[in-house]
Amino acid sequence: MTFNMLIAILAAAITSGTPILFAALGEIVTEKSGVQNLGLEGMMLVGAVSGFMMGYLTHNLFLAVLVAALGGGILALIHSFITITLKANQVVSGLALTIFGTGLSGYLGKPYIGMPAPVKFEIVPIPILSKIPVIGTIFFNHNLLVYFSYILIFVLWFYIYRTRQGLNLRATGENPGAADSLGVNVFRLRYLYTVIGGMLAGIGGAYLSLASAPSWVENMSGGRGWLAVALVIFAVWNPARAVFGAYLFGGVEALGYRMQAIGVTVSPFFLNMMPYLLTIIVLIIVTINTQHKHIGEPEALGKSYDREER
Amino acid sequence: MSEIAVKMVGIRKTFPGVIANDQVNLEIFKGEIHALLGENGAGKSTLMNILTGLYKPDKGEIFLDDVHVDFKSPKDAIQAGVGMVHQNFRLVKPFSVIENVMLGQKGSSILNIEETEARIKGISHRFGLEVHPKAKIWQLSIGEQQRVEIIKMLYKGADILILDEPTAVLTPQEVNDLFKILRNMANEGKAIVFITHKMHEVMDFADRITVLRAGLSVKSMMKIDTDTSELANLMVGREIARGRKNTNKTIGEVALKLENVSALNDKGLLALDKFTLEVHSGEILAIAGVAGNGQRILSEAITGLRELTNGKIILYGEDLSNQSIREIIDKGVAFVPEDRYGMGLAANLSVIDNVLLKDYRNKKYGINFLNSNTTRAKAIELVEKFDVKIPTVDSPVKMMSGGNLQKLLLARETDIDPKLIVAVYPIRGLDIGATDFVHEILIKEKNEGAAVLLISEDLDEIYKMADRIAVIYEGRLMGVLPVEEAKLEVVGLMMSGTDVREGDSNV
Amino acid sequence: MSNQNKRKIILEKRLQTPKWIGLLVTVVSVFAALIFSSVFLQMTGQNPFEVYRVMFKSAFGSSYGFSETLVKAIPLMMASFGIAMAFKMVIWNIGAEGQLLLGALAASVIALSFPNLPSIPLIVLMMIAAMIAGGLWALIPGLAKSYWNVNEVITSLMLNYVAINIIDYFVYGPLKNPYGSNFPETETFVRNAWLPTFASTRVHLGIIFALLTAIILYFVLNKTRWGYEVKVIGESRNVARYSGMDIKKNIILVMMVSGALAGLGGMTEVSGVVHKLDPHLSIGLGYSAIIVAWLSKLNPFVIVVVSILFGGLINGGFSIQMHGIPAATATMLQGAILFFVLGGDIFARYKIRIIK
Repeated sequence: MTFNMLIAILAAAITSGTPILFAALGEIVTEKSGVQNLGLEGMMLVGAVSGFMMGYLTHNLFLAVLVAALGGGILALIHSFITITLKANQVVSGLALTIFGTGLSGYLGKPYIGMPAPVKFEIVPIPILSKIPVIGTIFFNHNLLVYFSYILIFVLWFYIYRTRQGLNLRATGENPGAADSLGVNVFRLRYLYTVIGGMLAGIGGAYLSLASAPSWVENMSGGRGWLAVALVIFAVWNPARAVFGAYLFGGVEALGYRMQAIGVTVSPFFLNMMPYLLTIIVLIIVTINTQHKHIGEPEALGKSYDREER
Repeated sequence: MSEIAVKMVGIRKTFPGVIANDQVNLEIFKGEIHALLGENGAGKSTLMNILTGLYKPDKGEIFLDDVHVDFKSPKDAIQAGVGMVHQNFRLVKPFSVIENVMLGQKGSSILNIEETEARIKGISHRFGLEVHPKAKIWQLSIGEQQRVEIIKMLYKGADILILDEPTAVLTPQEVNDLFKILRNMANEGKAIVFITHKMHEVMDFADRITVLRAGLSVKSMMKIDTDTSELANLMVGREIARGRKNTNKTIGEVALKLENVSALNDKGLLALDKFTLEVHSGEILAIAGVAGNGQRILSEAITGLRELTNGKIILYGEDLSNQSIREIIDKGVAFVPEDRYGMGLAANLSVIDNVLLKDYRNKKYGINFLNSNTTRAKAIELVEKFDVKIPTVDSPVKMMSGGNLQKLLLARETDIDPKLIVAVYPIRGLDIGATDFVHEILIKEKNEGAAVLLISEDLDEIYKMADRIAVIYEGRLMGVLPVEEAKLEVVGLMMSGTDVREGDSNV
Repeated sequence: MSNQNKRKIILEKRLQTPKWIGLLVTVVSVFAALIFSSVFLQMTGQNPFEVYRVMFKSAFGSSYGFSETLVKAIPLMMASFGIAMAFKMVIWNIGAEGQLLLGALAASVIALSFPNLPSIPLIVLMMIAAMIAGGLWALIPGLAKSYWNVNEVITSLMLNYVAINIIDYFVYGPLKNPYGSNFPETETFVRNAWLPTFASTRVHLGIIFALLTAIILYFVLNKTRWGYEVKVIGESRNVARYSGMDIKKNIILVMMVSGALAGLGGMTEVSGVVHKLDPHLSIGLGYSAIIVAWLSKLNPFVIVVVSILFGGLINGGFSIQMHGIPAATATMLQGAILFFVLGGDIFARYKIRIIK
């Protein structure tokens, strides 16, 4: 394998990892507030289809991404209502969201199957930075959504760990009773961050239909939403660490394509299953290593908050 | 003691079916430590929750510094300088002390960590509240966590500090430290109120005392003008019954033997340290100690729920150490755990299902299948025998009161004719009737030859029930004394970790 | 607590929910989901009544339609039984889809390897193989959960994607029909490997298996010591441990049984319906089965009924395609129904009161 190829794979890892990264960042924000939303797959699909439709109708990428975020956000709002207000089981509601989102995206996207995207995110090399050898090719020769994700990582990290709002967010997920008694509006924050998480998943979906493979194909997320759920655990709920996981998944995916391209005789199906197998293995390792340590998983994750029971 | 900080007049608060407070009057002065004394359910916490704005009184008025106030929420109360340290700390465990102090505060969006840290240090120094600002809460001892709660309130500018049963979770040493700090605060003019039902604390630390009984304020007085027997009378409205319940001497051979038993707590720290003890058949051996000194770990080690890191547990010559829980149950070990709901009984399951928990493998309920007629008959038998109040045996046990739950649990645990009963805080939260019932059952089992290990935090209970008293402190056995020879002062010293050699008469 | 003079809604936990309230809430929730979806269909330019009419008519309106609905219901039932068992113990086995596929694969390998066996031994062998394959596939998340407490939702779900790729590998590779055109599928099984069907319909013997399984499962869950353990463990891990139950062993066992049942569902599908292995064998059956199990409150007999209703929904989904309505409508409806039932459950768990 040549050095140039390695660089190409690393650059492709970022390209392929970014949609997962968006979804995972969204889920981190949601889970930090104590809500688990397993419906990422459904929200990504709805984001993908609504973004594509908007792009198709308006030829405006900004509006397309905005609508994709809204699509994901609306689905997350349903999840919020069911689990926060109606206190239903978060696991099952997340599954319902995945199934509903899959159906909804299939329903809405039916007329658009096979249509080419009239607009898509083109690669925009960043002046000067993209000229840096190696680094420039790997990091600064991408589309705008990738650059947006770079910014997002820093913004989210700073927001979660360095601002008052972030402190309230974390407290809501760790000890909602304590947060509530100190005047933090647990219900409102959980709604807010669940919807924000859904919006980011929606943007991740739009990335698929407007950047990686500009078109709409039913079920085009192909499990990336679930990879993102796993990624949150690998990242021990820290946005900065999610980056590595996302690019690792992206890299495995990219490696698969490359190996097929240069004619390595491994079954494509084996390469296809690599990200999922990798997820299982890494999940087991991470779980064993983080058990009994006070890091990561928000204490109240998955539990609906009931004032009376505090 | 000049200025009045708080004045509550004619407070009344009802909940559906309960009058929690009625015609309660309370005055708290600046610079004093005021004890709010009363039994469980006397209305102490309700009164303080009214003062901190959590509840709105049905009737009555509150004045702070002679100004009439009307709190709509805890926020209003905090703004007015009233802060409360609850029994269950409201701390976020993975957060640092600084973060916990900042939580819920107004201020700039971007957190100013250095400034907060400096202010925390200032408060720490001023009142002797030592705590490391950058430490995470889960790394701190319970006593330190309590200090963080106090710092939180002071940081918010509380001038009136209320503490709900602050000593329940503390060791005697920590209790002394706490009251030193509270005294410092009082000396700076703050008004301190602490809720308690422990008489000796009141006598040791309070300046003034208000006694509540059955929702009414009975009397307020200076400490120097009263004594424990008056307080006890005011508190319960009757003399405390002294005298033993366990009157038959039935001690037999050695049943349970612990040899150098060690075990870790959930955090992986040594919580039971080379514990050696013998319990005889026909004997009630009580383990005395402040809650949280390894009692739970001890009970779990004996019943197989917790792995031993060292030592042996022997029951009638058979080694139980590191046997499976099931094998230990089958050897005749009954367990009345601290958590009735979380461990001893499954809240959502029916009485029948709960009765079966320990005995469902018994072939008398059917060879291959569980015969529902037989299981139902068993449940009905036990419910009737122990007079458990429950609509039907198909009802989930969460519909039952605490006393009935404990009866059902004991009915099940004693039904298998246990050789050893491990009972942890068996009367916690029970009324007098249920307490007597629980004690009768334990004594009856003892009289029939069972060895009973009674873990208790209530010295009254221990003196009424025990044949011998063992004291546990920080996971270590401090000593074992026959009840006749166990002077209260000696037991108290042992509970606070003082090494009292047997036969040492200088104590 | 601050606005004590305003009216407010109070949720009061019910200690015991009368059975009829649970049933009523579920039925009302399903109807609410249909009404909600009809508004959505209307807004997006479809005629909801037409959609529902076509779906209902094709699923239940004729004996042929109903028989096709039953055909769809069989694998749903099998997978649902397995899921119900796991959910009963609060183990989230989301991997029925993959377990079903692996079961189908194992049954197909047997059918293709021993074409000369007589029918009954061959079919029994296929069933055993399918159950072992499904069970072992579920064992992976089961072991990880039981020994290291690894989140089984993710592991079991990831394995679905792995399973699909394994099936693809086989139908594009080693098991590909050597005589057929270029379709990715195996050759058709010998007749001996086919489950008998009833009269002229495609309803096969699998429905009897499913009904028997329902009875056995009900019996196991309610009358045996193992069922009792599953119930207690599902209710509280702590209580179960205190009572001396082996939680690790039970997690593994329940996952294996759960997977075996889904695997059997895969076997009946290849042996009873398609008579060969093709990659489109189960598009989402394993996920629909989760909804069925939840809607049925994990009761095996209710699963039978709800599976038939959902079989109709899936069947109807195919039919509306011919009327130019996307088949995904049915999936969407499934999701909506689960949402409404899930949300509606609050009326069963709480009394809702408005106080001043």
